[in-house]
Amino acid sequence: MASLSKPDAPRFDVDVFQNEYLAQGSQEVNAIVTVTATGGGTSGGRPVGAAAEAAVVLVIDCSGSMEHPGTKMRDAREATAAAIDELRDGVAFAVVAGTHRAEEVFPGNGRLAVADPATREQAKLALRRLTPSGGTAIGTWIAKAQQLFASRPQASIRHAVLLTDGRNEHEKPADLQRALDAATGCFTADCRGVGTDWEVAELRKVSSALLGTVDIVAESSGLAEDFRAMMSAAMGKQVADVALRVWTPVGARVRFVKQAAPTVEDLTGRRADAGPRAGDYPTGSWGDESRDYHVCVEVPAAAVGSEMLAARVSLVLPHPDGTAEVLGQGLVRAVWTDDLASSTRINPQVAHYTGQAELADAIRAGLEAHRAGDLALAGAELGAAVRLAYTSGNEGTLKLLRKVVDVVDEREGTVRFRKNVSEADSMTLETRSTKTVRVKK
Amino acid sequence: MSMPQQTECPNCAEPLGSQDAFCGACGTALTGPPTLRDLPVVPSCPHCGSAELADGWCQHCGQAQPRERDHQELELTGVAAVSDRGLRHHRNEDAFTVATAEGPGGASVVLAVVCDGVSSSARPDEASATAVTAAADSLVTALAAGREPGQAMREAIGAANRAVTALAHDGTAPDGRHHNAPACTYVSAISSGGLVTIGWVGDTRAYWIPDDREAAEPYRLTEDDSWAARMVAAELMAEAEAYADPRAHAITGWLGADAEDLDPHTVSFTPHVPGVLLICTDGLWNYAEAATDLAFFVRTDARTEPLAAAQELVRFAVERGGHDNITVAVLPIDPPTAPTAHDATLLDVPLPRSADPDATVPLRPAAPPAPVSAPVPTPPAAPPAPAAPPAPVPTAAAEPAPPAAN
Repeated sequence: MASLSKPDAPRFDVDVFQNEYLAQGSQEVNAIVTVTATGGGTSGGRPVGAAAEAAVVLVIDCSGSMEHPGTKMRDAREATAAAIDELRDGVAFAVVAGTHRAEEVFPGNGRLAVADPATREQAKLALRRLTPSGGTAIGTWIAKAQQLFASRPQASIRHAVLLTDGRNEHEKPADLQRALDAATGCFTADCRGVGTDWEVAELRKVSSALLGTVDIVAESSGLAEDFRAMMSAAMGKQVADVALRVWTPVGARVRFVKQAAPTVEDLTGRRADAGPRAGDYPTGSWGDESRDYHVCVEVPAAAVGSEMLAARVSLVLPHPDGTAEVLGQGLVRAVWTDDLASSTRINPQVAHYTGQAELADAIRAGLEAHRAGDLALAGAELGAAVRLAYTSGNEGTLKLLRKVVDVVDEREGTVRFRKNVSEADSMTLETRSTKTVRVKK
Repeated sequence: MSMPQQTECPNCAEPLGSQDAFCGACGTALTGPPTLRDLPVVPSCPHCGSAELADGWCQHCGQAQPRERDHQELELTGVAAVSDRGLRHHRNEDAFTVATAEGPGGASVVLAVVCDGVSSSARPDEASATAVTAAADSLVTALAAGREPGQAMREAIGAANRAVTALAHDGTAPDGRHHNAPACTYVSAISSGGLVTIGWVGDTRAYWIPDDREAAEPYRLTEDDSWAARMVAAELMAEAEAYADPRAHAITGWLGADAEDLDPHTVSFTPHVPGVLLICTDGLWNYAEAATDLAFFVRTDARTEPLAAAQELVRFAVERGGHDNITVAVLPIDPPTAPTAHDATLLDVPLPRSADPDATVPLRPAAPPAPVSAPVPTPPAAPPAPAAPPAPVPTAAAEPAPPAAN
């Protein structure tokens, strides 16, 4: 464990869980790296010392479909108001109405307002202008949010909330991709789909690229509570643009780097080179929270009795001048032994998160097969998911699975499809399939 | 031991004199240990040559850098010891120390402590180092206070056990794979005015090796706390059968929080011929188990060259494969000039002393069968085979065997 911190910044503790012992000839090293940031949100959202300045952009879908049912737009306005009430004084913010284009609802003129009692009231009054008309082009919403954040470069914590009720129908997928590529690294975004007419994969793509969460709010009446919670979490963020830096020795190769908790997120493809044999994987902004990462490294084989540093994993805060502040670090080791009892020992954390990643994959594959009409495959995959959720104690996911399949034997993973599965239940399962639980200590 | 004659410093090429122990220019040790892992004076990775080193690791190839405990030597007047990581373990979990103390009346007392961390326990390297420090401190204090050596030894084993036990409760989080409390074995020797006192727990051993191996017999002085030794002692198995069993080397006694009924063994004796006392870990005796076999690898001038003798023994074990960490301490023993109180026997069998009421004398002049895994060569000038073992001596080891340590 190692931690380096300044009094006015969160403290990052890094713990590594692994079986460092390898049998002769083995080359794969797996480790779970638990990163715990403390000292950020403990002040209840108030700035601590010279806390980073924050900016928030709320993007609310105002496409024509928001009219049905009639309460949806009203619920969205109320949720936005609730989010505005959560803004602490001094946070820069704006509200954008999203249709086939993006319209600034508050404060306008391509700028952000600074939250205080007066601006919060003005913003809430302006929400009357959130009215349904037009289409859906999420790429334009993201581009608008990026423009607004660019107007306030001093805000280091930049976070957007994006609400949609439909598919991205009024622009090409390539347009959305282009907007995402441009926005990646500029701000983070939590995405919410209201109702069941939106596409999980599409919204997950946005939230993954922008290092935020994705969730379903099946009934619009639940929006206000969800927005309040989301904004409260955003207000707890104290440090932005933190990267997970993985150094490996000569001849070693990073097989993958995945966030393993609170949700599964494969970061492997998002590596940016950071000096000799090191790469940075983005993790976004941090408040008081703990996340787990699964790092898998292939190292050159070494003789029994050898000990090697397979990876040095650190949390870094890159500075504009190219240097980086190390917030905490942990070591992943490899020790070659001829003691079978040591080399065959399974690390519980590694096994657990390997299972959680399989669980997410099985749900995704099962629902995909179901949509494609391959019920046999769907049943096998969701059965495997039930077994994995049960054995790992992921009760939340097991509960969601039970709404889609009738469980005959949870231990064996025997399931039958339910006759009338609601679209909401199916989408909820899909959206939350990546949610993991931590290993029982 | 013989070192190649060096004419210039291997580090900086400074010309050297034949007696130089260190290079006068850069300070490189020239009479170093028989190891491939000497720390270079200009730090660079011994695996890839990179000078980029950080907190014990090479920043280029990632290999662990040599550590202080990988190879250590200590020598004082009257005692020398060497410890080495060996070839197959990634760290040295053995620990040792040597010390001198002033006994009553200003008599010089020499002592050595050797401990072997139990690999299947948590933090075995800390366990052994902790036990060695606690025992040596206790011994020096007790002997200086005039305590009888057997009593001092029992106190030291108790102190070492308490110190290792405390490690289990020091708040250090388990390292993720171990739930066994830190543990180690123990052996130590006190040499005081011709009297030798041994104490042990586990399978670290003591041997008596006389200078003249024709006239006097080398002896193993300790009886292992091991599964095989217990089986034999309890007459449940024949010796050959017991030592061939896969469980043979599982230890049944150790220091640490989960050691039940700690049973420290002590024995004292007064040699009548000059020789050396060896105390060592199984990393050495696994390659020459019987006293007569081990004696073959102890140079005949070990009494006057104890450090060289210890170095040679360690090199012998490394050359045989170095499967475990290796530690050996050599204590030269000169018989007291005044005749001793008890009758000498031909083989100089150690006798229990009345001042040492719970001493155990499980001595075994015969060579147990050589371990299957470590065949002993047949040297041309091997000493004659020892006599058959004497009748079993009742020992504390005659109880039912508890579950073996892993």
